[in-house]
Amino acid sequence: MTNATLKQLSQQLAAGEVSSVELATHYLDRIEALNPQLNAFITVDRVRTLADAAAADAARAAGQAGLLTGVPMVHKDIFCQQGWKTSCGSKMLDNFISPYSAHVVEQCNAAGLVTLGRANMDEFAMGSSNENSFYGAVKNPWDLNAIPGGSSGGSAAAVAARLTPVATATDTGGSIRQPASHCGVTGIKPTYGVVSRYGMVAYASSLDQGGPIAQTAEDCALMLNVMAGFDERDSTSLERAREDYTRELNQPLAGLRVGLPREYFADGLDADVAKVIEDAVAELKKQGAQVVDISLPNTELSIPAYYVIAPAEASTNLSRFDGVRYGHRAADYKDLVDMYEKTRAEGFGAEVKRRILVGSYVLSHGYYDAYYLKAQKIRRLIANDFKAAFEQCDVILGPVAPTAAFNIGEKSGDPVQMYLSDIYTLSVNLAGLPGMSVPAGFDRRGRPVGLQIIGNYFGEAKMLNVAHQFQLATDWHTRAPAL
Amino acid sequence: MSLTHQDVARIAKLARINVSDEEIAAVGNQLNNIFGLIEKMQAVNTDGIEPMAHPQDVSLRLREDIVTQTNQREAFQAVAPQVEKGLFLVPKVIE
Repeated sequence: MTNATLKQLSQQLAAGEVSSVELATHYLDRIEALNPQLNAFITVDRVRTLADAAAADAARAAGQAGLLTGVPMVHKDIFCQQGWKTSCGSKMLDNFISPYSAHVVEQCNAAGLVTLGRANMDEFAMGSSNENSFYGAVKNPWDLNAIPGGSSGGSAAAVAARLTPVATATDTGGSIRQPASHCGVTGIKPTYGVVSRYGMVAYASSLDQGGPIAQTAEDCALMLNVMAGFDERDSTSLERAREDYTRELNQPLAGLRVGLPREYFADGLDADVAKVIEDAVAELKKQGAQVVDISLPNTELSIPAYYVIAPAEASTNLSRFDGVRYGHRAADYKDLVDMYEKTRAEGFGAEVKRRILVGSYVLSHGYYDAYYLKAQKIRRLIANDFKAAFEQCDVILGPVAPTAAFNIGEKSGDPVQMYLSDIYTLSVNLAGLPGMSVPAGFDRRGRPVGLQIIGNYFGEAKMLNVAHQFQLATDWHTRAPAL
Repeated sequence: MSLTHQDVARIAKLARINVSDEEIAAVGNQLNNIFGLIEKMQAVNTDGIEPMAHPQDVSLRLREDIVTQTNQREAFQAVAPQVEKGLFLVPKVIE
């Protein structure tokens, strides 16, 4: 049961081989045993989970079960879930029991999925290592000295450690793909606008996008079928017909044009990671894919552009945390402004404050054109690079990060070093394209390495097809850490 | 570009985040390092490039002007730091 995929669990439930209560109990027991060393969860509520599982079993007995009814899952602590603490990894929301549910949570509930708990994350999704959580760092299940990646580190670590078959996650600059890569699991960030942001605590609204992390591409497709869809409560949710993300999984890859961006294989890429990606490309070539040399010349500029745009949007979004309507409020203050300033100084962690300060500055009078507008122009150049590249290829392949997971504490004292490690993921968010990470091997220290697949707008089904065919021929995604 | 302590204090004020005198030097250093990275943008010629605010060129939807939400004041105020008679309380702002 431990290594079963979402698909297998759904089949076992349908065949009556196992009940939802038995499944939930199995995973809750594993969480209880293993989470103390991993710290992948912020909240677990056994009573509530077992009640939900019993309700799922009752629905099945009444003949009302859907494909995923009774399957356990985990939500990243960024998705508001009615009655559950939704902390977003922050002291600011440590006392926040959400009075409503995010669209994604509603969709998962409607599909009958059972929530095991709430995954740890970098505070307000700001971070690449999960060291920025108010609840402490998450450990990488493959090596407890390593970071799991961020910001969806708890989601990725929980799936890798087989504490859940699937978890929700979000990706603003790589926060699904990079932890999936570092933990040896599969994750997909859809095209911007495909998954509703309603009830997803906002970081950078023009970049934020939810998606699933699971063991396999097939499971990600099944979860995306649940999570995606138009929602009028998100003003940027796209009005598109529902699609079945599993529809292309079994297509052969013969004739697929695979673009390899020169800039993703230049200086700074670890030799072991480069070898893993080369081997993965060789496997796809064996299946009939053609490799095309492409260029994304503005890749390096994605770092400064992102670290202007994301903090600018964050400083605006996080102005809502003022100690008035919800969340932390300072105990002592002399007037309203003092209350704001103390509340926010106490409630936010160091990285969140840094990004709010950067954002406040670049949006301030006299600096807007030099920073924010300039960054938006570079954003256009980056999107144009992809547009040109996709005239020559169907998907783009490359590394997710320059190295496998680094050690806990290795970069936490130097924000700029941390930002530089986001080089291969940021541009996808700036352009609004879909991207995913698929387990493809290990480095010399035995730490997982993911293959990044970038698709054209709404190319999720094609990317999942490539990932699924890769997983039919390889077993990297079936490897689990010894815990 | 290099931010002075006064600059940092001004930004902190704009952001409504209290930064103590002890913290200001360290915060200033970190911000200057980050702006060192950001300044790389300035070397790029972006004349005539249309700024991109958003990944999709779609216009915002309008909705029908009808009531869609029910009053959930009690549920929403249950998580508020201080309320009284259905109002959110803040320190006195008008004498």
